[in-house]
Amino acid sequence: MKLYLKFLSIHVRSAMTYRASFFLSCLGHLLITTNVFLSVVFLLDRFGSVGGYTLPQLSLCYAVILAGTSLAECFARGIDAFGRILSEAQFDRIMLRPRPLLFQVLCQDMKPTMFARVLQAAVMLVWAIGSGAVVWTPVKAIVLALMILCGAGVFFGVYLVNACVTFFTLEHIEALNIFMDGPREYGKYPFGIYGKPVLLVLTFLVPLALVQHWPLQYLFDRGPAWYGLLPIVSLVFLIPCGLLWRLGVRHYRSTGS
Amino acid sequence: MGKYWSFFKMRLMACLQYRAAALAGMSTQLVWGGMEVLLYRAFWLEHPERFPMGMEALSSYIWLQQAFLALFMLWDWDYDILRSVKEGTVAYELLRPTDLYGMWMAKAAGTRLARASLRMFPVLLVGSLLPAPYGLRLQIPPETFGLFLLSMVLMVLVVCAYNLLVYGLTFYVTDPNGIMVLSVAAADLLGGAIVPLPFLPDGFRQFAELTPFASMQNVPLRIFNGNITLPEIPGVMGLQVFWIVTLILAGYLLTRNGLRRAVILGG
Repeated sequence: MKLYLKFLSIHVRSAMTYRASFFLSCLGHLLITTNVFLSVVFLLDRFGSVGGYTLPQLSLCYAVILAGTSLAECFARGIDAFGRILSEAQFDRIMLRPRPLLFQVLCQDMKPTMFARVLQAAVMLVWAIGSGAVVWTPVKAIVLALMILCGAGVFFGVYLVNACVTFFTLEHIEALNIFMDGPREYGKYPFGIYGKPVLLVLTFLVPLALVQHWPLQYLFDRGPAWYGLLPIVSLVFLIPCGLLWRLGVRHYRSTGS
Repeated sequence: MGKYWSFFKMRLMACLQYRAAALAGMSTQLVWGGMEVLLYRAFWLEHPERFPMGMEALSSYIWLQQAFLALFMLWDWDYDILRSVKEGTVAYELLRPTDLYGMWMAKAAGTRLARASLRMFPVLLVGSLLPAPYGLRLQIPPETFGLFLLSMVLMVLVVCAYNLLVYGLTFYVTDPNGIMVLSVAAADLLGGAIVPLPFLPDGFRQFAELTPFASMQNVPLRIFNGNITLPEIPGVMGLQVFWIVTLILAGYLLTRNGLRRAVILGG
């Protein structure tokens, strides 16, 4: 843990060296997600509601997804650079060190600029909470926290799978971006909006609906209380991800000379 | 003219080599197009009367948008050019007996055409196989088809001229990232990339339609799906021409002046 904080402070300091460019890329990240949210605002302005959800409810939904992805990206997008780590044979060096492999890979790169999005999500959450989208109880508050934390966990799993694929292909597969950037874009609406097939895939294959659609039903008093526990179940997804990682490490042959 | 034609062809040939990247990009576009259609379907099933266009027209808009994405994605900057200005290697280009702006334009247009031609056919095919009203349909009246093709050409010119304007600005600022980020965000919102312009609230929509970003994908896509009708076409295409002239003029002057005051260091 101490080592992790050390790495974190290194990355924050290195980002702050170019202060202007740090704030510009924060601004850039913010503009993208603000645009996504504006599209929800505009459509709801025209249509009033969709699937029985109102704007404050949808902003709660988007805030949960935004917080989850940004946290995961903040701390785990180091995995994004994994293709480069492999192709430059830096992984050999990593394997020589007496620390867990995954831990080291995560520490290679962090994205402090994503804190901006966490802040944005927090603002949206506060607004949604204040606008009476949900009748709050202590249990519901806990469920909300679970949704965000487990959401970050599931996204981390998605990034991990993406990295594992590079063990076998040695190059980054662009098509997997659908699962990396797609959920942030489409998570602005509860996944049930997109119809049953999409909801099924996102419930049983990549369990993003377990941290968003199903617990939201509980928060909005549209479903039974046990839906609120589903975020914890979603973490089961991390088991196959972890196994895949081990398989990948075993399969690894150095590319270096 | 022949020189620029060769630059255009060279870029076209080079980009046509990247078939795997095209395949990956294409599958992404299929999924995104599908999700987009499903999303609007939810709105359409609930409030069909508040739709500013038919569901079929909207589906055609979305699939055409995905198919031709490479033609107008503003974030597809040419980092070779940006780097050459930043690091000063642009000096080599000046040794050539060609105009820098013209060469950049030829390269930019060539890249976009090559990327689009690799990706568009499968998306168009899948889109047109989908059942109505969620698929791509040829809804355009025959008399406007020629104008649709012309507006596509104008669109590519607007997009390239905008890209080049930013490259030209790079001579004056040390870090063009801020301008690039802002342009992309503005284009997403004002150009009908995230939400087609007819869905925007009144007032904001009229403002958006005047910006150069609305002269990009917005025009040909809406001519194709019949949302912009024949009497309105001269107006929107006139605006496209206006932005092409303005952007090219501004970009050309910026680049020329930038080159004049540029001091290249190094031996």
